Amino acid sequence: MLGRRAADVQELLDGLEEVPLDSIYFHTHSYFLRHPYIAGPYPNDFANWAAIQLRDRVLGERLAVIDPFEVGDLDALRNELVTILDDHLSHVGSVPRVVYGELFFFMQSRILAVPTGIKARTLTEFREGLERVDSSAVYFHVLAAMARKGKRRNDFVVWIEEGLGLKELAAKVGAVNPYATSLEGVRKRLINLCEQAEREGH
Amino acid sequence: MAASLDDYRSISPPGSVDILWRMAEKLRSRKFLRISANQSGTSVAEMLERHTPLLQELGIDARWEVIRGGEGFQAACQAFYNMLQGEEDRFNEEMLQQLVATNRENARQLSFDADVVLIHDHQPAPLIDIRPQEGKWVWRCHLDIARPQRKAWAVLRQFVVKYDAAVFSLPKFAQRLPIPQFLVYPSIDPLSEKNRELSENEIRGTLDRLGIPRDKPILLQASRFHRFKDPVGVIEAYHIAKKQNDCRLVLAGAPAAGEEGRRLLAEMEEAAAGDPDIHILQLPENAEIEINALQRASTIVIQKSTREGFGLMVAEAMWKGKPVIGGFAGGITAQLIYEVTGYTVNSVEGCAFRIRTLLNNPELAAKMGNDAREFARWHFLITRNLGDHLALLTTLLR
Repeated sequence: MLGRRAADVQELLDGLEEVPLDSIYFHTHSYFLRHPYIAGPYPNDFANWAAIQLRDRVLGERLAVIDPFEVGDLDALRNELVTILDDHLSHVGSVPRVVYGELFFFMQSRILAVPTGIKARTLTEFREGLERVDSSAVYFHVLAAMARKGKRRNDFVVWIEEGLGLKELAAKVGAVNPYATSLEGVRKRLINLCEQAEREGH
Repeated sequence: MAASLDDYRSISPPGSVDILWRMAEKLRSRKFLRISANQSGTSVAEMLERHTPLLQELGIDARWEVIRGGEGFQAACQAFYNMLQGEEDRFNEEMLQQLVATNRENARQLSFDADVVLIHDHQPAPLIDIRPQEGKWVWRCHLDIARPQRKAWAVLRQFVVKYDAAVFSLPKFAQRLPIPQFLVYPSIDPLSEKNRELSENEIRGTLDRLGIPRDKPILLQASRFHRFKDPVGVIEAYHIAKKQNDCRLVLAGAPAAGEEGRRLLAEMEEAAAGDPDIHILQLPENAEIEINALQRASTIVIQKSTREGFGLMVAEAMWKGKPVIGGFAGGITAQLIYEVTGYTVNSVEGCAFRIRTLLNNPELAAKMGNDAREFARWHFLITRNLGDHLALLTTLLR
């Protein structure tokens, strides 16, 4: 916890300009890791706070539609968020402030990579591993990898394409959009794609 | 018999027990000492009692020690606690000296030989002044110190800043400190007496014994009778809802101590007077099966607190697949996703409205209860909490 808080949009904007990039990552990308099964109405902490605590649905919706995996790097994401807040402030008569809700608390996290011990050499082994692995492994190999390597090049895509030589399946796996679902939703979708490919003889 | 990690495999999310074993590999034989002020009767003691053997099973050299003191120490701790939680009380210099002296006496009996020492809450916080050179010392705060009495926090802060890190249960409880602050939600144990699955016979037998008929939907608030839990507000909300929906209200809990406790109980009885469908049950602190059975027999669980710590009774009800209506306070807002796992409300009227919503929409209540159970499974079970502690140890020791 960074010990920094915001009670209104201006303070959120000031915080966004100054907090470490790890904090931006925590409140956007890692939202999916913290809510692997059921999430709030919007897919990042900023949007949820604006809509629920601040009760500014317009701002919540504007912040919700940002796809952190589409924007590029974290500097670009920070810039996008700041621009939206700045623009919103220029269109409202007064600075929206929390009245009955909770303040926004800036946080940051770090990833501890832990080998799960689960190995796959075939598509079937991969699918079986996917079924029993902790959801954080799905996060690490899909969402965190997308942040490292780009939207359509997560760890699973690379391995399916280069390790198994299944380009068509790799393309389908790369097209799964985690932003529109949850980690468990991603896991289910990937398992379905693998099962479909297995049925087709791969 | 104590539960082993394997017992949680079929309950916890997929892979979560395996990842604990993997995380623990690099921490094997590390010494982890936790010190608290109560052997039993508190949620902290309950958690430590169940954590310690599981950490040992993972290969960590985990110990739990308890500091002890006389009546003067207990009175000082209580006054300190009240003021840290924002209430008016009298914690004076003499009490502080008593607190420090008792910690020094305890320190003579304790071995601090550990890689990480986790000190729970305010009572043993002064032990930091006797820390050895080796090992990381962390202060774990379970209290709601979002709005403490300034003088009390100033006293506690002088100890806390000497630690290597602090752990809080909610971001809003954290304070301005020059040391790293971590967030760890508390958790429930799904295999404890309070949360384990009960047979229909056990539920029926317990409710018969408590004198609660199951002829109409039951609304339950299971919580200590304290003004911050707003039991009178719950009765008022029930009266409003009852105009349209026949139901029972059960208020179950241990009465608050002292004159204030008696006064509140009298107010509750007055508000409930003449309505045979309101049941005020005074239960002992260890009435775990009774609370379990009441939660499982309920249609809706209410926790209409106006001030709350984390409020784990919400997670307990969610784990039993119940939709929960909670006050907008403390950790209740972290547990209830509005309209998904329950409702947070800000008033008596809001509580009454949501009671009606759920009683008139049983399909919605069932879906909300299912989602609540899944949310609790992923966020508030002991396995997640153990994982957080392993991550904390890994971070501190690297």
